[in-house]
Amino acid sequence: MTEVQTSRKADTLPRLGAMMTQTAAAEAAPGAETADAPIAISARNVSAWYGAKQAVTNISMEIRKNSVTALIGPSGCGKSTYIRCFNRMHEFAPNARVEGTILLEGADIYAHGIDPARVRQRIGMVFQKPNPFPTMSIAENVAAGLRFMGVRSKSEIGDRVESSLKLAALWDEVKDDLKKPGIALSGGQQQRLCIARTIAVEPEVVLMDEPCSALDPVATLKIEDLMRGLAERYTIIIVTHNMQQAARVSDSTAFMLSDEGVTGQLIEYAPTQDLFTNPKDKRTEDYISGRFG
Amino acid sequence: MTTPNQPWALGRTEGLYLRRKAVDRIMTGAMIVAVALAVIPLFLILFYLLKEGIPGLSLSLFTDEPNRPGKPGGGVHNAIVGSAIMVGMALAIGVPVAIGTGIFLSEYGQNRIGGYVRFVIEVMAGIPSITVGLFVYGLIVLRQGHFSAIAGSVSLAILLIPIIARITEEMLLLVPRSLREASYALGASRWRTVLRIVLPTALPGIITGVMLGLSRIAGEAAPLLFTALGNNFYTTDVTAPMDSLPRRIYIYATGPYDYWHEQAWAMSFILVAVILVISLSVRALFGSRVTVRQ
Amino acid sequence: MAVSTFGRPARAAGSLKNRLKPGDWTFTGLTGAAALVVILVIVGMFYELTRQSWDSITANGWSFVWSTEWDPSKGIFGAGAFVVGTLITSVVALVLATVIAVLVALYLVEIAPGYIARPVSYLVELLAAIPSVVYGLWGIFVMGVFIRDHFGPVVVNHFSWIPFFDGTPLITGLFSACIILTIMILPTIMAVSRDVIAAVPRSQREGVLALGATRWEMIRLSVLPYARSGILGAAILGLARAVGETLAVTLVIGNSVKIPDNIFSPAYTMASIIANQFPEATGVHKAALIEVALLLLLVTFMINVVARILVWRVTKGQRVVVEE
Repeated sequence: MTEVQTSRKADTLPRLGAMMTQTAAAEAAPGAETADAPIAISARNVSAWYGAKQAVTNISMEIRKNSVTALIGPSGCGKSTYIRCFNRMHEFAPNARVEGTILLEGADIYAHGIDPARVRQRIGMVFQKPNPFPTMSIAENVAAGLRFMGVRSKSEIGDRVESSLKLAALWDEVKDDLKKPGIALSGGQQQRLCIARTIAVEPEVVLMDEPCSALDPVATLKIEDLMRGLAERYTIIIVTHNMQQAARVSDSTAFMLSDEGVTGQLIEYAPTQDLFTNPKDKRTEDYISGRFG
Repeated sequence: MTTPNQPWALGRTEGLYLRRKAVDRIMTGAMIVAVALAVIPLFLILFYLLKEGIPGLSLSLFTDEPNRPGKPGGGVHNAIVGSAIMVGMALAIGVPVAIGTGIFLSEYGQNRIGGYVRFVIEVMAGIPSITVGLFVYGLIVLRQGHFSAIAGSVSLAILLIPIIARITEEMLLLVPRSLREASYALGASRWRTVLRIVLPTALPGIITGVMLGLSRIAGEAAPLLFTALGNNFYTTDVTAPMDSLPRRIYIYATGPYDYWHEQAWAMSFILVAVILVISLSVRALFGSRVTVRQ
Repeated sequence: MAVSTFGRPARAAGSLKNRLKPGDWTFTGLTGAAALVVILVIVGMFYELTRQSWDSITANGWSFVWSTEWDPSKGIFGAGAFVVGTLITSVVALVLATVIAVLVALYLVEIAPGYIARPVSYLVELLAAIPSVVYGLWGIFVMGVFIRDHFGPVVVNHFSWIPFFDGTPLITGLFSACIILTIMILPTIMAVSRDVIAAVPRSQREGVLALGATRWEMIRLSVLPYARSGILGAAILGLARAVGETLAVTLVIGNSVKIPDNIFSPAYTMASIIANQFPEATGVHKAALIEVALLLLLVTFMINVVARILVWRVTKGQRVVVEE
């Protein structure tokens, strides 16, 4: 593991350059690049409840490493609940319950005795409304999770802060004043700060729960542009109610629906191109063409 | 507690992780210890009130006057009646002023002047009761030349006002705007609206406030020491010094006689029992004692 | 304009201002008068206490505040010893009570499930309902005995290397006063802290948890910094209560005009000396005691002002009504 970490650190700058040139190639064949990639995380028969009320029913899916997967569906279909099962945040809701298996690199995160805090160091989350820590500066915000990893030396912290902010496309805008309070930034900048904070701890997977829904269109576009670069290093799962966004940024898309009394089902899951141009389920087709939701 | 084979080894941070987990467990333990430290004194006090107080209860305690110091027996009839009279008078004086202030703040006070008044009331709530007693001493006792139950009631009323005024304002503000608008739309004047519509709607909450204030001043002794003084005899003359339960508990607690100590416990039991009954019925009727207004 | 059923022109429900009619003027007047009474009481209090203590103010001057010589027979009065007594008891109680109260509040908000949190919360608040005299009574006969026989000796055994802690535990004394004040101000600090902590937004907690924090780390990194000034306000409210507490302290502090030389010695606080000596005092002695009361009023007034500002700043947007 130590080797992986140092190699990541050494690769930061050259990788950024590679990322730029790879973007064009990636756009040309969105599904092809990830077709043979290993599985990052897979869900098997996942269901979730709030007390007696079931919100997610029996979802199974496999998500490939370094892909961007979008979860779409009408509001209330359980997408947020489902994604919160992936980093064990759902269990904070009152009377919450999860059944099923979620395998991260082959190990079940819900296995008996697994510490949720450790899961969350491997699977990060960016929330709908940007939530930078108000009592901390920009640099302190990004470095917030580093202490859990034992990163002590000031220089290493500084390096990681810089590389995270660069990956989140925020470095140029804030590099002159990293001591400014995190909440002094604009909404879009705050969200990129939260992204930087999340990737600073180098998780395997980054979950994003409607990260742009509280932002203006310009800020939204900036974050969408990040996705390709982030996917080089992380596996991204993004919940979005914006279909165009899903079509723009994701490699694969999953459509969820609460239908015929069964809440939170997975209706269809396919490479994005296929799902949007040739949906197999009528309900998917109806949703995409705007007939409901 | 087994340390399971955590599949995602975090390399150099294994030791750190165990330390972090240990700190988390220690602090959780500290919190539980704190809860114990907070709750144990309460149980001890209640326990001793029952243990020492109940044996001292007797009919004569309620019906007889105190014997001369040193002679066991007797009762505290004068103190019980005195407390009842003075608390009653304090309510009579304080409640109208407090509710009036509460109405002023809710109807006219959403501005700078209201801000000042509200601030004064908040500060008034924190004034030591002994200084209130001395204030009334100078205001009334010195001028009249003698201690009196009236002076005692005035000092209790001053303590009562901030408590009831704050709650009244909160309760009045909780009444939905739509109710007031409906009344105004019918052509009713302001005072009619408040007195006939708003106040009755907020009444349950205001009564809560009054009961809470009552239970607070029932136990006050410091202000009474210099205003109503005390009286070893039964009297209902409000212009004369009057005895009260808290004050008699104070005298008996520091006295040399065992029977005084027993009666002090018994009186404390009665006092706390009354306060608890009031507090419990308020809670049963209206839920938690803290309300948050957005 | 449409005519309402009352025969007067009906008005739109729009403007609620300036609806004053004759009855309204009386109403405004009465309620305004009530509010005025409140202000007059405060002002009157300062005035009255100053007036009554004038003889002592002129006789003793500024040294009243720090001089420790208090001798009614010689007519020399200095409140220094009582200021020290108040300071020690209140500050010790403040520190102990705040630590315990914040831990309890954190437990109630972050850890305890509802069916535990509600009754425990209520029980701690119940401590606030018990009258001061009853605390005093219990303080002498139960707590004081326990301190003399058990708690005190333990403290002496472990801490007597600190000069101030080397003494003989008694039933009454500074130590007893500190403990009883701690118990008495705990519910106030706990209740306000609990509300301030509960007001920390969920998104803050989630942000830290999503990075892999343990529960205590979450509390340390997101809850406490956010709630800091509110908790401070709560603590200062508790301090104000401790400073003004009279009868419980009078009963357990032992009442001696000398400056205490160890944690177990008897002492006076500003409030307790008034309660203790006023009934028999005359002339300048009496005026001096009232000057102590004036000093007490000033101190609690200032402490309260600071506390309220701090609490309001944190719960701005939400008003919290706390029963003390």
